[in-house]
Amino acid sequence: MNRTRHLRVDRISCTGQGLCAELLPELIDLDEWGYPVLKDRTVPGHLRAHARRAVAACPRLALRTDRDRP
Amino acid sequence: MTTLALTGSPLWYASRAGGTLALVLLTATVVLGIASGGRAAPRRTGRFGIGLLHRDLSLLTLVFLVVHVVTAVLDPFARLGWAVSVVPFGASYRPLWLGLGTAALDLLLAVLLTSALRLRLGVRRWKAVHRLAYAAWPLALFHGVGSGTDTRLPLQLWLYAGCLAAVVAAVWWRLAKAGPGRVAARLLAATAATAVPVVLGAFLAAGPLQPGWAQSAAAAALPLGGGR
Repeated sequence: MNRTRHLRVDRISCTGQGLCAELLPELIDLDEWGYPVLKDRTVPGHLRAHARRAVAACPRLALRTDRDRP
Repeated sequence: MTTLALTGSPLWYASRAGGTLALVLLTATVVLGIASGGRAAPRRTGRFGIGLLHRDLSLLTLVFLVVHVVTAVLDPFARLGWAVSVVPFGASYRPLWLGLGTAALDLLLAVLLTSALRLRLGVRRWKAVHRLAYAAWPLALFHGVGSGTDTRLPLQLWLYAGCLAAVVAAVWWRLAKAGPGRVAARLLAATAATAVPVVLGAFLAAGPLQPGWAQSAAAAALPLGGGR
């Protein structure tokens, strides 16, 4: 039930729109070209809803959360 | 403002109002989608806010579309039947012009369904269906102009002109901000943004603004035999 989730960025799909960093600045930074840099791949429990929102907001569907794999 | 004698049932008025509102909301959704899909980022607001607004406006569009369709079907004058709401070009009342609206609704339903499932479908398939919205908007516009009872009202004509101007401006703005590459897509967008106003203007002058349009609209059917 309560397994940890991990963020994953599909670098090929990502076009650097930057919505994910707007919605999840705790875990995602942007590099100087606007592409995401993950500060921490593990999503803590209190940020899970925010992570889900960031995943849903990505216009390229390039941000995903994996359930199990570290 | 033109004053109208109140003829017809309240359902008929609700249907016209719902359809007009749905067109305005669809226009706003399309404009936001076109303007925010490119590379230019808004300065004062977050991009995610634009995305959420795009989604919420699209859902509101569907709400008013449901009102538009349900009241039109329930209205005793046109006697449409429920099949008309999903099967295009089969209506007994203005089959061609009503069918354009039905086709637009079907496209928007496909867009809704794939957007709800987009995380499962993957970006390529989702995007391919999502582009159908670009076809749905002109279909909805011509449906309104061709079958609309209110097309001759000056206010309604200004409204159509405003919707058209907004979308055309959004397309040109995005093209102006677009980078190199995807020449074919940009040419197609520029052609469509030029062709739709021209065709609409010519169509308005030839059809709905001429006397006797109600009769010819009722008769117009596809050659493949819609209507009865």
